[in-house]
Amino acid sequence: MRRMSFGQATVDAMRSAMREDDRVVVLGEDISWGGNFGQFRGLLDEFGPDRVIDMPISEAIIMAVTVGAAVTGLRPVASMSFVEFTLGAMDEIVNQAAKFRYMFGGQVSVPLVLRASDGVLRSSAGQHSSSLEGLFTHLPGLKVVAPSNPADARGLLRAAIADDDPVVYLENKRITAKRGPVPAGDHVVPLGSAAVRREGSDLTIVTYSVMTLHAEKACSSLAEMGIEAELIDLRSLVPLDLDTVLSSVARTGRVVVAHEAWEFGGFGAEVVSAITGQAFDRLRAAPVRVGAAQAPIPFSPPLERAVVPGSDELVAAAREVMGLT
Amino acid sequence: MSLTENMSPGLALGIHRTMVRIRVFESRVEELFKAGKLPGFVHTYIGQEAIAAGVCAALDRNDYITSTHRGHGHAIAKGMELGPIMAELYGKATGACRGRGGSMHVADFSVGMLGANGIVAGGLGIAAGAALSARYRGTHQVAVGFFGDGGINKGTFHEALNFAATHRLGVVFVCENNQYAQFTSRLRTTSVEDLSVRASAYGIPGITVDGNDAAATYREALEAVGRARDGGGPTLLNMETYRFGGHYVGDAEVYRASAEVEARRQADPILRWERTLTDEALMTAGLGEAVWAEAADEVSAAVRFAEESPHPDGGTALENVFTQVC
Repeated sequence: MRRMSFGQATVDAMRSAMREDDRVVVLGEDISWGGNFGQFRGLLDEFGPDRVIDMPISEAIIMAVTVGAAVTGLRPVASMSFVEFTLGAMDEIVNQAAKFRYMFGGQVSVPLVLRASDGVLRSSAGQHSSSLEGLFTHLPGLKVVAPSNPADARGLLRAAIADDDPVVYLENKRITAKRGPVPAGDHVVPLGSAAVRREGSDLTIVTYSVMTLHAEKACSSLAEMGIEAELIDLRSLVPLDLDTVLSSVARTGRVVVAHEAWEFGGFGAEVVSAITGQAFDRLRAAPVRVGAAQAPIPFSPPLERAVVPGSDELVAAAREVMGLT
Repeated sequence: MSLTENMSPGLALGIHRTMVRIRVFESRVEELFKAGKLPGFVHTYIGQEAIAAGVCAALDRNDYITSTHRGHGHAIAKGMELGPIMAELYGKATGACRGRGGSMHVADFSVGMLGANGIVAGGLGIAAGAALSARYRGTHQVAVGFFGDGGINKGTFHEALNFAATHRLGVVFVCENNQYAQFTSRLRTTSVEDLSVRASAYGIPGITVDGNDAAATYREALEAVGRARDGGGPTLLNMETYRFGGHYVGDAEVYRASAEVEARRQADPILRWERTLTDEALMTAGLGEAVWAEAADEVSAAVRFAEESPHPDGGTALENVFTQVC
C-alpha cells in the first residue's frame, strides 16, 4: 500500500498506461506544466512532447484531434481543465466520439478518455463549479466514471485507458489534493463496479465522487443517532452496477441518492427510477434525492453553501427517509 | 503545356471514370429518392465530381479523408464499392454501416474513408487528428478534410487550421466552394470574396482552384498532398464549383434563379474533361460511351444488391453502441 493524493494517483495510472502501451498519448491545455491540478506532473519529462501534447485553448480541436487519433490507431487521453470547457467541444463529444462506433456499423472503436475536473471548490463561481455528469450519462456510446478516492482514481483511470470505448473521467476538484492509500502494483478497478464503503441495515445511501466523502461524515453522524447507513460509492455511472444497489436496497428498504450535481433532471433520478422500477416491493419509504438546488453555482460563500449540498443535507435526507422528520 | 501533362493517360481516364461513376450513381440516387425508395434525405454531389475525383486520385489507398453531409462522391472516389454505399442509402443490413448511418454517415475505414459527417466542418479536426496519429506512428499517411463554403465559417475551421499549421501536420483542407451554404449564398455570409485568403491567417499556403477542371484539382491536390507527406504542413485549397442540384433532393431552390443554375450547368466538369481528353487524343466517342454504359451497369448492380438485401433485424438495434455489451 502506498499513500498519495488523488491527483498523484492519476499520474501514476497515466505513467503505467504510457509505459505499457506506446499508443497512449495525452493532449490538453497546460499539461507540459503538470496541469491545473498537478494531474499530469512529470509526464512530459518521461514521455516527451510527442506523447504529451500541449493544446491551444481550443476545446473543439482538442476533442476532434483526440477522436481522429483514436480511430486511426492511438489511444489518446484528452484533458479539459474544467468540465465546463467540454461544452466548447460538445459536438465532438456528442456527435463524433459517442456515435462513431454505432453510426458506422461497428467498423471502428473509439478508444479515448476525456478527463475533466468538476465540482465546487473555493468559490470558483458559475462557470468553474459545475458537475455535468448528467449531460454525459444521457448519451448512448459514452462511459462515465467519477472516482472518490486515490485508489479508485488510479484504478478507474487505468481501466478507462484500457477500454475500447470513449470514457469520460470526472475528477472532482475538492478531492484532487486529498491523500489516501493506493494498493501497490498496477492497481485496476474495472468499469461498472460499485463499492460498498460502509455496511448498514437501516438505509442505503447511493452516491459517487466528492459526495462519498460527505456521506462518510453523514454516516458517522447518523450512527451517533442510532441509524446505521449502508454507503455505496457507484464509482462508475455508465456502466452502472445496479446489482449492488438493488441488493442493498432489498435489505434496507430505504434509500437516499445523492450527488453534487443539480438534483433536477440529475443522474440520481435515473438511479431512483431503476430502484422503484425493479425493487418497488422492497421499499419501505419513498426514495429521497439530494443534489444542488436549481441555480447556477453562486460565488459568495454563503450562497454557494446554500445551493450545494453537504453532509448536513445528507443527514436530513436520511432522517426523512427514516420517517424521523 | 498540355492540360493532362502531369498525368498518365491511364490516370486521366481513371479520373474521368470516377467522375462518371459518381454522376451516374448520384443521378440514380435522385431518381430512387423521388420514387420514395430511400428513407431519410439525400444530398447529391452532382456538379462537383472533378473535386473528389481529382483530389482522391492524388491520394494513396491508405491515406485518410473526412467527408461531409454531401459525401457519396468522396466515398466513391476514395475507393468504396458502390453496392455497400447504395445498400446503406436503402438502410439495408449489407450497407457500409449496416444500415446504422445512412447517406450522411457513409464510411469505410478499410479504404481510409473516415466518414461522411452530418455536422458542417465536423471532419476537419478529425482529419488533423488522423494526421497527428500518422506522424506519431511514422506511416507518412496524409489526411484530407473536405468541407464547404458553409464550413469555412465554423469555429472548428479556425481551430483545425491553427492546430494543423502549428504542428505542420500532413493535412490538406479542401473547401468545395459550391456557392451556397444550404440555402444561403456565401456572398451574404462571408467576409472575404476569395476564400483561400483565410490561409494566410495561419501562415499556410492557400490556393484558389477551378474546381470544375479535373486537371487543376488533381494538380493542386498532388502538390498539397506531396507537401503534406514531406512534412511541409497543411494547405487550404479553395475549389470553386457549383452545386447543380438543391441542398438536398426535393429542395424547391427558392433562393436562386433557374437561369443561374442553367448557366452554371454549361460548365459541367465531366463534359469539360471529356472535351479535354478528346482534344488530347486520349478519348474517342466510343470509349466515352463505354465508360458511361459501364457505370450505368455498375450502378444498376448496386441497386439490385441493395434491393435484394435484407433490412437489419430490429433485434440488432442495440449492437455496437459499445465495443462490448455492458
